[in-house]
Amino acid sequence: MQLIGDNLRCVRGGREVFADLNFRVASGEAMVVTGRNGAGKSSLLRVIAGLVHLTGGQLSLDGGIPEASVAEQAHYLGHQDALKPSLSVAENLQFWAEFLRIEGSIEIIPALQAVDLQPLADLPAAYLSAGQRRRLSIARLVAIKRPIWLLDEPTSALDVASQGRLAKLMRAHIAGGGMIIAATHGPIGLDNPRELQMGPQ
Amino acid sequence: MAIIDLANPTRFIALVNRVLPWLIAVTVLLFAIGLARTMQAPDDYQQGATVKIMYLHVPAAWLGMMAWGIMSVAALGTLVWRHPLADVAGKAAAPIGAAFTFICLVTGSLWGRPTWGTYWVWDARLTSMLVLLLLYLGVMALYWTADDPNRGSRAAAILSLVGAVNLPIIKFSVDWWNTLHQGSSVFRMGGSTISPSILIPLLIMAIAFTLLFVTLHLAAMRNEILRRRVRTMRLMQAQELAEAHS
Amino acid sequence: MSAFVSLLKRDMRLAIRVGGGALMGAFFFLIVVVMMPFAVGPDLGLLSRLGPAILWIGALLASLLALDRLFATDHEDGSLDLLMMGDMPLELVVAAKAVAHWLTTGLPLVLITPLLALMLNVEPKALGPLMLTLVVGTPALTFIGLVGAALSVALRRGGLLLAVLVLPLTVPVLIFGVAAANTAIIGPTPFGPPFTILCGLSLMSLVIGPVAAAAALRHGLE
Repeated sequence: MQLIGDNLRCVRGGREVFADLNFRVASGEAMVVTGRNGAGKSSLLRVIAGLVHLTGGQLSLDGGIPEASVAEQAHYLGHQDALKPSLSVAENLQFWAEFLRIEGSIEIIPALQAVDLQPLADLPAAYLSAGQRRRLSIARLVAIKRPIWLLDEPTSALDVASQGRLAKLMRAHIAGGGMIIAATHGPIGLDNPRELQMGPQ
Repeated sequence: MAIIDLANPTRFIALVNRVLPWLIAVTVLLFAIGLARTMQAPDDYQQGATVKIMYLHVPAAWLGMMAWGIMSVAALGTLVWRHPLADVAGKAAAPIGAAFTFICLVTGSLWGRPTWGTYWVWDARLTSMLVLLLLYLGVMALYWTADDPNRGSRAAAILSLVGAVNLPIIKFSVDWWNTLHQGSSVFRMGGSTISPSILIPLLIMAIAFTLLFVTLHLAAMRNEILRRRVRTMRLMQAQELAEAHS
Repeated sequence: MSAFVSLLKRDMRLAIRVGGGALMGAFFFLIVVVMMPFAVGPDLGLLSRLGPAILWIGALLASLLALDRLFATDHEDGSLDLLMMGDMPLELVVAAKAVAHWLTTGLPLVLITPLLALMLNVEPKALGPLMLTLVVGTPALTFIGLVGAALSVALRRGGLLLAVLVLPLTVPVLIFGVAAANTAIIGPTPFGPPFTILCGLSLMSLVIGPVAAAAALRHGLE
């Protein structure tokens, strides 16, 4: 499986965010997108997730489910956690797993264990700290399988222990043939990722 | 036990647990006596036995209004003295006051059917009570909407005080509105002097209703304190896990 | 289909749990209806003639104002992004949210109507037809309001904008809803024709609403 961006161009609000962007990520590979603020890292992830229109160029996925779009085969971890405070931790995760599932099984409890939130499963999400909320949205990536992970500053709000746990999850995802595209300012614990530098050096 | 001890929620709960069974017993007893006396009270020469709805209707109306009074005092306690039990008292009083006001409206409406010929007339008294019910619903909605109980209680306290100031104005306006429009067809209740055979059962029922209110209010306050403790404990659970985790 | 059901269940659960959200529409309806006699006067004869109109205006305002936050909360917490990434078409996502909203807000309005009709002295024989028009008509209001809710998210403006956008679109529903309810009270025209047109309007908005709302949300992405 291979995700190919060919000559991508994105215009938002009349401003050209990026142009002439080319990349290739294959199964079992990670790509780290770097660049200063405003270079278009988040926009690129949102374009791949199908949340922002592509102004020009072509984005294609070789070898995925043919009838599904790229967005439907991708997990997106944005700046917001997409959690409802009045639902419990387990209910939040269960809903997204049921909603986002295309095929395969839903694994709520292993996913909560993977982010060390299982003891809080029945607690309303309103009681969680920022870091715990972040971990709960990471649990979504584990609960159902989608081959592409789009991570926007995934380590923000996470303490060192959680960053280590996330790195482990990411390595496992790649080892299992998945791909990761992460926008980040610093190292996030991936071994030899490809690098995509955006904007002026 | 000094009154100041009640400021401590834990002692308050202990006291409530001790007092509540007695209160319930006395309330039941008074209701039994009051209802028995009500049965013996004379029928109205025009309305017959329907007039007995009054023994439920009037005390309910009194308590519907009194509960707002308690909420206003509690609101002062919350805003001025920041007493820990004041906002619990205010929050617990709102649904009970709303329930009594609702009972007043329902009994009034049932009473209206034989006397006025319809279930509802925009009579000045009933309409004022209806506006009071709407105000109660507003305060309750404010409590529900607030995520943080402390912030919600301060907002509700302000609303309670604004309501307390406005209630006489509302009452006056509704009276004026009603007489302005309806003229001679206005229904006027009573008018004759009340005989002791009616007054005594009415007073017993009023005391019984008041005790019922006190019982419910104390129980609701205890439940609210416990509910807040559960919330705090759950917050602590989340926090402890966060600390153990890092 | 299971995604549709999960979203429906989630939204209903949220409406019931979050601060009495579902009841708020019914409260608003109650208050709007109660305010009317203060303006019109307590004359029961007049109120009973105006009854269906008052109830319909109340239901209209309550259904539309309650829609204000339908997409806004999902937009603010990032849920809307993920809702777009499922394999369920956005039109169905939007429809599921609208159905959940109607079940938790529109249906309670219909259910408290008899109580309010009593206060407005609406004749008991008119109550059945009146409720029938509201059962059929309120989904139309929700699904038309859906478009406004989506547009106000896309334009990042809430509140009154929704009412300004949507109220003119609800004119036909209001006309035929009140007309059908009135035939049962005043006569002499039969109940059938205006009611059938109301059903038609409702079915039409069930189709147009989600399509237009989904288009508005997609457009809001730039």
